[in-house]
Formats: sequence, C-alpha cells, structure tokens
Amino acid sequence: MGFEVLLKGNNMLRLLLGVWTALRISLVSVLISIVLGILIGSIMTLKNPVIKVITRGYLEFIRIMPQMVLLFIVYFGATKALGLNLPAEAASIIVFSLWGTAEMADLVRGALTGIPKIQYESSAALGLTTTQTYTYVIIPQVIRRLIPLSINLITRMIKTTSLIMMIGIVEVLKVGQQIIEANRKSSPNAAFGVYATVFLLYFAVCRPISLLSKRLEKKWEN
Amino acid sequence: MNEILKVENLTKAYDDLKVLDGVDLTVSKGEVVVIVGPSGCGKSTFLRCLNGLEDIQEGSVVFNDEVINPFKGSPAKVREKIGMVFQSYELFPHKTVLQNMILAPMKVRKAKKKDAEKEALALLDRVGLLSKKDSYPRQLSGGQKQRVAIVRALMMHPEVLLLDEITAALDPEMVREVLDVVINLAKEGRTMVIVTHELSFARAVADRMIFIDGGKIVEEGAPGEFFDDPKTDRLKKFLESFSYN
Repeated sequence: MGFEVLLKGNNMLRLLLGVWTALRISLVSVLISIVLGILIGSIMTLKNPVIKVITRGYLEFIRIMPQMVLLFIVYFGATKALGLNLPAEAASIIVFSLWGTAEMADLVRGALTGIPKIQYESSAALGLTTTQTYTYVIIPQVIRRLIPLSINLITRMIKTTSLIMMIGIVEVLKVGQQIIEANRKSSPNAAFGVYATVFLLYFAVCRPISLLSKRLEKKWEN
Repeated sequence: MNEILKVENLTKAYDDLKVLDGVDLTVSKGEVVVIVGPSGCGKSTFLRCLNGLEDIQEGSVVFNDEVINPFKGSPAKVREKIGMVFQSYELFPHKTVLQNMILAPMKVRKAKKKDAEKEALALLDRVGLLSKKDSYPRQLSGGQKQRVAIVRALMMHPEVLLLDEITAALDPEMVREVLDVVINLAKEGRTMVIVTHELSFARAVADRMIFIDGGKIVEEGAPGEFFDDPKTDRLKKFLESFSYN
C-alpha cells in the first residue's frame, strides 16, 4: 500500500515538520487576520461612502482572485516590480493575511450589523453608557455569532496552505512529494500511502478545530 | 400635585416631516397616563423623546426640574430614573433571566451582586417567574419575556416607567398576564406613561387618557369621559374603529 516508506529513515518526522510549517504560516496569518479583520470590519459598519467603496473593493478583489495568483503576484511580482526580495514564507503570510483579513472583516461586519438597533436602545434605556452597552451587551453577542464562522475560516486557511509549495516552501504536501519521488524505484505504490497520510494529518489538525466550533455553536445558540 | 415630568412644546421632525408638533404634557407623581392614537400618529416617538432615545427639534422635556431633552450631560444618568419597556421585549439573548436583571443595577447603580440577586428573585417571584431565573430568553414565551422585561426595568428603581405597546407583539392569550403586572404596578402608585392599543386595559389603568393624532394632542381627559363622552370627532372616529356594532 505504500505506507512502508514512511518508516524509512526519518520520513515520518519530515512529514510532521512539514505540517508544522503549514500550521505556523496559517496561525500567524490567522492572528493577523483576526486583529485587522475586527478593525476593518468595525470600520465597514460606518456609513461613510468613501470607506464603503474602498473596503467593498478590497473585499471583492481578494474574493475574486484565486489565492495562487495572489501568491504569484506577491512572491514573483513584488521582486520585479518593487525590487523587494521577499522570502517565500513572508510572501505567504502576506497573501494569507490579505485574504483572511478580507473574509474576517466581512464576518465582523455581518455580525455587528446583525445586532438589532433596539438592543442598543434597550441597554441605553436601562441607564448603561455607550461603553457599557458595547462591553456587556453588544460585543458578547457579536463574539458568539463570530466564533463558529471564523473557525470555519481558519480551517479553510489551513487547508489552503497546500498552495504555498508552489512558491518553493517545503510544507507537508511538498515533503510527501519528495518522499514519493525519492522512493519511486523501491516503492512504486508510495503515492497512495504518503498522500493518505498527508490527508490524515490535515484531518487531525482541522477536525478538533471544527469540533470546537460545533460545540460552541451548540452552547451559544440563541 | 407633584410634577415629575413636564413636556413643553415638544416638536420632533425628520427633515421636513413633523412627527410631533408642539406637544405639551405634565405628569404628576403616581399618575398613570395612557396615550392612544392611530398607528403612525407619533405616540411611540413621543415616548422615546421622554428618555432621550430621540432628539427633539423644539421644546423641552423636564424631569424633576432638570432639562433632559435636549440633553446636556450624560443621557445615561437620566435613563437610570426613567425606565422603558419595549414592544419586542429586548432581553439580552446571551444572558439568563437573572443575569438580564442584575446587569444594569450592578454596572450603573453599583449594587452588590448579592443584593441585586436578592431583589431580582423577589421581583421574579411577584410576577410568577421565579422558576425561570436561570432560563435564557429563547426558552421563554412572549408573555414571560415581557414580564421579565418589566421587572428588569424595575430593578433600576425608576421614578417613571415608559411602556411602549408592550402587548402588541404578544399572542392574545398572553396579553392578560402582562397587563395584570402593569395594573398591579399602578395600584402601587407607580408613575407610568403607557402607549397601548388595548382600550379596555387603558380604561382600567389610566388616571388620564391622551389621544394623539397627526403629531398633536387632540383630546385628553379622565378615562370615563374620554371613552363615554368624547368631545372631538377624531377621537369619536378612533374609538368607533374598535367596536363592531
């Protein structure tokens, strides 16, 4: 079945290190996306038409553009156009943060505008100040709406890191390919075993995250 | 008589459209004023001007000798003393009944948690909802939610209570349980300004009836006269629209 190649040398360890590379890049990007996404998402709720056009444009642009094209533009394009010699990992983090921020901002905007205006008013009518209203009434509700959705985004980002091997980063999928190539003669069936293992590794990373999301959703259903 | 709320020449406009046009009203301590009128006549907007949820273009609202609308200081300070209950209950969905009730007392009045809880439980008991203290709003019926909303407002010890069509969103069989709570509050001598469509309830609870139409007070008076011997044609017409003979 081709699983035996994983026991050769330190192949399994290399695969796990590949997972770590993918995870490291996605986690840094997720953190940046959450912070910037909350910021931009809040700005998007303002009624200012200029802000609306700019943020909508940014969001649509990022959504339409395939992530791989975006990776190529930033990694190869920036070197030529701006004379910027970006390391591949930095380029990936930039691209994934640009994407994550756009998606996150839209989620934040949706969650914020989804809270009815009269919730603010009923809080105000009890004598709570604007700050207290946000702290105790609005933000806790926004977070409850946001977390299941943003966890979904996080798993999507982790899965999409499989693209970064295209700009030369040796993450889990690339390591898998290398192992298959190196054992082409001795284990012609390695492809199945190795890719199945890669699949299981992605599953092992993403499954707990999506379970957590399901649990929170259940706990907070209003 | 002891004036608690005095409204003079209140005018509220959205751009050129005048929703309220020079309304005057004085409410005395312990008085229950009930406002009726056709939909869109401005009665809910009027109520919202009384605690500063709406700004006003002309006139003033004076509460205990202090001008509160147009407001100068913090509107939050005034709203502590003027409670409001909405048509759509507006409990906080992420908090239990008890947490809904103690939030404002603890954060605004700086009440101790233990004291606030004790008071909340006593109030819940009075409206027959003690067993629901740890339920979330989604687990309650409309009538139960509205009773919680009323006692939540009472937790702030308001001097005036504004009730904005509090039974309009309820199924008919739940209207009674909510209105009974309000009638009891009236018996206790609470000062209330109530907007409602329930005319028989209005008659039972009101010390004074107000009829607003087209942004103006068209007629006002004691409930007996108001319902049995209306002076203006517009009120006659309005009252007739509720009967089927």
